[in-house]
Amino acid sequence: MTDTINNSLPKLTAKDFATDQEVRWCPGCGDYSILAQVQRVMPELGIPKEDIVIISGIGCSSRFPYYMNTYGMHSIHGRATAIASGLKASRPELSVWIVTGDGDGLSIGGNHTIHLLRRNLDVNIMLFNNQIYGLTKGQYSPTSETNKVTKSTPSGSIDYPFNPLALAIGANATFIARTMDRDPKHMQEMLKRSHAHKGASFLEIYQNCNIFNDGAFEPFTEKKTKADETLFLEQGKPLIYGAERNKGIVIDGLRPKIVDLTEGVYTESDLWIHDEHDFYKAQTLIRMFDDVNIEGHFPRPFGVFYQDKNKPCYEDIMALQLEDAIAKKGKGDLDKLLRGYEVWDIVE
Amino acid sequence: MSTPTLLKDVVIKFAGDSGDGMQLTGSQFTNNTALLGIDLATFPDFPAEIRAPIGTLPGVSGFQLHFSSDRVYTPGDLCDVLVVMNAAALKVNLKWLKPGGKIIANQDGFDSKNLRLANYPDGVNPLEDGSLHNYELITIDVTKLTREALKEFTTLGMKEKDRAKNMFVLGFIYWMYDRDLDSTINFLNEKFGKRDDILQSNIKVLQAGYNYADTVELFTSRYQVEKAKMEPGTYRSIMGNQALSMGLVAASERSGLPLFVGTYPITPASDILHDLSKLKNFGVRTFQAEDEIAGITTAIGAAYGGSLGVTTTSGPGMALKGEAMGLAMMLEIPLVIVNIQRGGPSTGLPTKTEQSDLLQAYYGRNGECPIPVISSRTPSDCFDAAFEACRIAVQHMTPVILLSDGYIANGAEPWKFPQSEDLPKIDVKFKTELGHHEDKFMPYMRDEKLVRPWVVPGTAGLEHRIGGLEKQNITGNISYDPENHQLMVKLRQEKVDKIAQYIPEQKLDAGPEKGKVLVLGWGSTYGTIKSSVSELLAQGHSVSHAHLRYLRPFPKNLGAILKNFDTILVPEINNGQLVKILRDVYLVDAKPYNKIMGTPFMKSEMTEEIKKYL
Repeated sequence: MTDTINNSLPKLTAKDFATDQEVRWCPGCGDYSILAQVQRVMPELGIPKEDIVIISGIGCSSRFPYYMNTYGMHSIHGRATAIASGLKASRPELSVWIVTGDGDGLSIGGNHTIHLLRRNLDVNIMLFNNQIYGLTKGQYSPTSETNKVTKSTPSGSIDYPFNPLALAIGANATFIARTMDRDPKHMQEMLKRSHAHKGASFLEIYQNCNIFNDGAFEPFTEKKTKADETLFLEQGKPLIYGAERNKGIVIDGLRPKIVDLTEGVYTESDLWIHDEHDFYKAQTLIRMFDDVNIEGHFPRPFGVFYQDKNKPCYEDIMALQLEDAIAKKGKGDLDKLLRGYEVWDIVE
Repeated sequence: MSTPTLLKDVVIKFAGDSGDGMQLTGSQFTNNTALLGIDLATFPDFPAEIRAPIGTLPGVSGFQLHFSSDRVYTPGDLCDVLVVMNAAALKVNLKWLKPGGKIIANQDGFDSKNLRLANYPDGVNPLEDGSLHNYELITIDVTKLTREALKEFTTLGMKEKDRAKNMFVLGFIYWMYDRDLDSTINFLNEKFGKRDDILQSNIKVLQAGYNYADTVELFTSRYQVEKAKMEPGTYRSIMGNQALSMGLVAASERSGLPLFVGTYPITPASDILHDLSKLKNFGVRTFQAEDEIAGITTAIGAAYGGSLGVTTTSGPGMALKGEAMGLAMMLEIPLVIVNIQRGGPSTGLPTKTEQSDLLQAYYGRNGECPIPVISSRTPSDCFDAAFEACRIAVQHMTPVILLSDGYIANGAEPWKFPQSEDLPKIDVKFKTELGHHEDKFMPYMRDEKLVRPWVVPGTAGLEHRIGGLEKQNITGNISYDPENHQLMVKLRQEKVDKIAQYIPEQKLDAGPEKGKVLVLGWGSTYGTIKSSVSELLAQGHSVSHAHLRYLRPFPKNLGAILKNFDTILVPEINNGQLVKILRDVYLVDAKPYNKIMGTPFMKSEMTEEIKKYL
């Protein structure tokens, strides 16, 4: 996909992407913001509505397709990524979006997620991470923090959570980004970047479940803490954060280190410059995933961590192999196939 | 040299260690036989292990071939000739040799080590102790003769030389049945053309085997089987999975829908993936998925996009695909699910045959989930069955399950292949715009077949959403309304039932329309039932044979046929599955006849069973 705008298309608005179906998420759910941003961004992408397909699995987030006036499929639990793979492999010209959640995409459908990323189909994954199972009414998820007390874990959960972006880079994803429901502008930008990327885009969206896991991302989203707890990544810019823009990250040997820019020891020119095309830097950035309660913890980065623009897409190579086979062997001749190599005649 | 003795019918079995190349030897002899216009059927029988420990009983691999100047429908019960490359092969297969039959034994495979591995007591060698006196025993030191023939091939190591042993045996058998070597020499050229020393050594050993037989006068005569009286036409040899692959491609060509196969390798279905992955110039997309579930769901994605979506698997994979089959059925999109059945449950007997997934195909999903089921009966019939499965899927907007099994998947027979122009065209129409009286697209509006329109993404003005939640009739919007749910369940059932109006009526394969016994089979039991029934008919018994292609829905006249017989006998390679469904649907006291040993019925046992009701 490219992000050039086709001027011959009628100008669409967010309203054109809304359906007549009543939106049934709980009032106050972070999903509303995501829906609004997607509806706002879609008209700007310059793709005819009929060429957009949104595929979801099961879970609260997976109701998404019903609210988008495009083609859409609300499928089965965990399989949206696989269904989208089959669609994209056979119809490369379509713009395919996947809506999934931390349960759908990382638990029951974890296998398909990593294999889609590995194959690098040109689709956009929006992973709504609320660190809880909402639709089944409040069990812990594979991204819930350890020792989480939920309906299914009255004594606290024992498992350690996934770091979704680490999983994505482990599968050699070619586009890895994070955003949040409470920052519409940033989300719109990330959605556009996801779309513009030729290859599999993995966008994790922190999404608040105000019923079963309210405030899970509060340190990153609330005004009074956001500046000190988050680090917004910008290509070619130094890693600076803090309410006073007073803190930064330097590379100390192989490790990142937080430094104070007000003490006179470090200046901006000493800082880590973000390069989203650097695989090794991306791996380190992705690992900044500390518990906010730990003394001296790193801020949580948002933005595009990594992009590899050079890796060919599965569906393109598949199409090339077909073309190549026709060029070499000629278009398939059914009678030749049926006849095979050796035949004999029976005469009366 | 005297003229060869004419034989009508021969069953030969090649048996050896998994590494002895018996499958290749068998298939070469098969091709050679087919090209002479002799009718045949084969039964490859191999272990689940790729290479079980050399020389052991579990490592024995066999290939049985039945060829005849009469029509042939089974690979034969007992063999006339047993070729054994080692002691284990003899031990495993001797019980399948006719009294007085020939044993051709590789002497080197009966040394003390091989005898011990085959569990013969110390000091006992069946080739020497007279225990085989009821058979005609021919012992050849194949290893020594092969090495001898290759002594000038100095670039080859001993291991490489020994690998050509099977060519010696093949050459020997070619002489015995008065064949020429050309078909195999052509094959070797294709296979080893790039490695001249391997090619030349194989040809040399093949000729050495032939010449050896000619020189040593081990036999009093050679044998010949004449051409079979088959319908005039052009024939080729075909295996079931090969035919099935071609059936899918033919359906793709005749419907104009590109073929997409999402699948995960599993025995005995993988050859379909192998075959289709070579046919990219037919626009075939094969997607080797990460698991069985992704196999079917990628196919669903492709079908949603307007491809002919197919997934291929065997029993365990079927179990994993259940939920996704339900989705395809709810979405009402076309999809073909191919199950090459094998012995179950669980991992079961992966390389052995069984018909034990019929109930799974019928009922193995959550909720009320009717899916049409059809089956193939012989290797070449897999072509027609696959073509028909695709036709029903796209014309009735439904997933269709096609049941084949390991026996016909790997078995071979001559096939009077069709011409592409003789294949029916499969009409498919995507809906591309609103009709005159429509102001909004209704994804679940049905036609007279109760089929909904197929609209593919990219169609402007018909954007819509579908999914696995229950849908409101006509609009396709989510609906939890109780009345609507009941209506939709009934509609989906009725849609599948209605297919009975668009398939041929059931015909009897043999026998009178009314009588004592109807043998009613499905799938790969066809050949055995046909052979038994024709023998019994020739003896004047009142017996008929009907064989079902359509298992769900049944042909609309099946109930009437069942009423015409005193006994309905239902032979199956399972513990009684079709018989249950027949009893349920038709309230008929059908009698089961079951074998669950991983092998097809023998004709003799089938005949005996039918006789019990005559």
